[in-house]
Amino acid sequence: MTIIGWIQILLYCAVVAALVKPLGGYMTRVFNGERTFLSPVLRPVEAALYWAGGVDKTREQHWLSYTIAMLFFHAGGFLILYALMRTQALLPLNPAEQLAVAEDLSFNTAVSFITNTNWQNYGGESTMSYLVQMAGLTHQNFLSAATGIVLAIALIRGFTRASARTIGNFWVDMTRCTLYILLPICIPYALFLVWQGIPQTLGPYVEATTLEGAKQTIAVGPVASQVAIKMLGTNGGGFFNANAAHPFENPTALSNFVQMISIFAIGAALTNVFGRMVGNERQGWAILAAMGVLFMAGVAACYAAEAAGTPLLDALGVTGGNMEGKEVRFGIVGSALFAVITTAASCGAVNAMHDSFTALGGMIPLINMQLGEIIVGGVGAGLYGMLLFVIVAIFVAGLMVGRTPEYVGKKIEAKEVKMAMLAILVLPLMYLGWTAVAAVVPSAVAAAGNQGPHGFTEMLYLYTSSTANNGSAFAGISANTMFYNLTGAVAMFVGRFFMIIPAMAIAGSLAAKKTVPASGGTLPTTGSLFVGLVVGVIVIIGGLTFFPALSLGPIVEHLAMLAGTTF
Amino acid sequence: MLREIRPAIVFIVALTLITGVAYPFAITGIAQMIFPYKAQGSLLERDGKIVGSALIGQEFASEGYFHGRPSATTAPDPNDATKTVPVPYNAANSGGSNLGPASKALIERVQGEIEKRKQENPWAQVPADLVTTSGSGLDPDISPEAALFQIPRVAKARNLPESQVRQLVAEHTSDRFAGLLGEPRVNVLELNLALDRMAAR
Repeated sequence: MTIIGWIQILLYCAVVAALVKPLGGYMTRVFNGERTFLSPVLRPVEAALYWAGGVDKTREQHWLSYTIAMLFFHAGGFLILYALMRTQALLPLNPAEQLAVAEDLSFNTAVSFITNTNWQNYGGESTMSYLVQMAGLTHQNFLSAATGIVLAIALIRGFTRASARTIGNFWVDMTRCTLYILLPICIPYALFLVWQGIPQTLGPYVEATTLEGAKQTIAVGPVASQVAIKMLGTNGGGFFNANAAHPFENPTALSNFVQMISIFAIGAALTNVFGRMVGNERQGWAILAAMGVLFMAGVAACYAAEAAGTPLLDALGVTGGNMEGKEVRFGIVGSALFAVITTAASCGAVNAMHDSFTALGGMIPLINMQLGEIIVGGVGAGLYGMLLFVIVAIFVAGLMVGRTPEYVGKKIEAKEVKMAMLAILVLPLMYLGWTAVAAVVPSAVAAAGNQGPHGFTEMLYLYTSSTANNGSAFAGISANTMFYNLTGAVAMFVGRFFMIIPAMAIAGSLAAKKTVPASGGTLPTTGSLFVGLVVGVIVIIGGLTFFPALSLGPIVEHLAMLAGTTF
Repeated sequence: MLREIRPAIVFIVALTLITGVAYPFAITGIAQMIFPYKAQGSLLERDGKIVGSALIGQEFASEGYFHGRPSATTAPDPNDATKTVPVPYNAANSGGSNLGPASKALIERVQGEIEKRKQENPWAQVPADLVTTSGSGLDPDISPEAALFQIPRVAKARNLPESQVRQLVAEHTSDRFAGLLGEPRVNVLELNLALDRMAAR
């Protein structure tokens, strides 16, 4: 580790923290329907959309209608995306003449993009036409991100309303989120990325003759517009196979820094939106602090492991950290920091190959996802995931002192705790369950790209990343098979919607309750005691759930490596 | 419940048009106007022919050029479409080796690279980036140490004094952004183009 490395990490944290308040304030105004500086331009567009859709923007929905509207919307998005991939060969904007995408791969990819996972069992530049990348994938990048955000807002409204039947209107929230938040940031951001060197063209792949006379086909395309939303919306689906390691997706150290900021920006700001809406910004800062503690622990561990390198390469005289699978322009710190951020949030973009990280360095991204991606987390999904853990933490504290627990003025009762536990338990069921199945299916084992414990980690990582809707990979595994395409899609689907539905049920149940004023017996939820309690609950639940699986993968690999064993 | 079907259809279509068509087309139009060189992929030309992209590495094998990092990219086997063959710096199929830290294949490959490099410069320590593959397989850069390591070979092959080549490397070394972000690096293609220009003078 170097001093300049740590300065980059601290600078990163400072910039993210500085954005929390202004962005949080702006988003609060948007979702409260207040006037913003963009209103004169966007109000007419908004009104036209409501008119065409027959939506009355003043009519709010019950939590069940809100959820059903969301599900219909996703069903439609799924069908369009699937159809586009199956028919791309017949459609325009296909200069590289890509063929129709196979049925199982289209199914996996469509589920992957509507669930904000963006797991990719395909290489973008060798599979997808420009039309699919734009109207299919870029479009879903916006909408799955907006969905996550509006669901978090709906849950917050559950906390802030008293004796209410409704939690907002899905169509109105969705439209405002897309038009007022995501698009206005993406337009200048995409142009910044072009300025840094990301291509944005509809022209064909470039044929070059190298200095030594060989032919090189260089894939290009409308990349910048997709990369902007892929980062801001914590989607992570790359235009190219190598994702943000590809020089055309992440050309400079500055583009890398800004991309890392944009992964966390909205998720971190949502904690401030929460604080503002419940009437005390310190409630938001307390949640962000709990996230920050877990984040810094991950960064320190991952950076230390990667900077130390591996004993096997050390023995060959290769020093200076583990550079396999990393790019020179980012170096060790830029790659390790990115890996922790992308898995703490549910982004899943990668700027270095996680499969080639050291055993312990690669374990940190895995842990981040297994904790449920509540360290800032996916846009929206991180906040509602974290609030589920908060409910459990408050419940545990209530048990200790024998009082009915309360949080920001709401009594937390049996229904909320049951729903929170349902959502928290369904995740390990998916990633541990499917990994166990894959480990006994011979063809699934054969698909692993590495032998020994590392091959097991590839499988565990696949299902963890799918369930947590992350989308990053230990990419050595050849997962474009019928088995992985279908089981992975199930994991992504359950991981997304079986988290959302209980969270929305909690929103509805909380909104219907009366607000209770804080009393002397109320646990203060803005101080360090509360932060420590939440962190403790997350670590205990997480550790108990996945430590056994980790010890079969990265931990045993590390010990074997120290003993000089190769696989 | 059925009441939500009409907005679902309308919003899917309208938002597809806004975010999936209007947005990327608008960005393409503006980018092509204000950053035409970057928007098309930072393509480098010599004598009117495209020789590559400033951002995409390419394979160099001859003694007289600086070499980039090893690349793990592949292409479909022309004889058997279900298999792949190694094609370094295949810019139409990016990717890394994805070999784990305790992989026998990785250790053997790195060992081979080190032995190859030791032959050209037995005295210096081989820099890590020169024997490891990048994440994209298209890394356009090497570390300044990796460039310095290759100076004796390049100078000898080109009959140039080492000091002159060292000067050229120094000119093509970029520092961290604002002295802070990223790592110092040398763009291999641009350095080699400059070498050729120097030879032509």
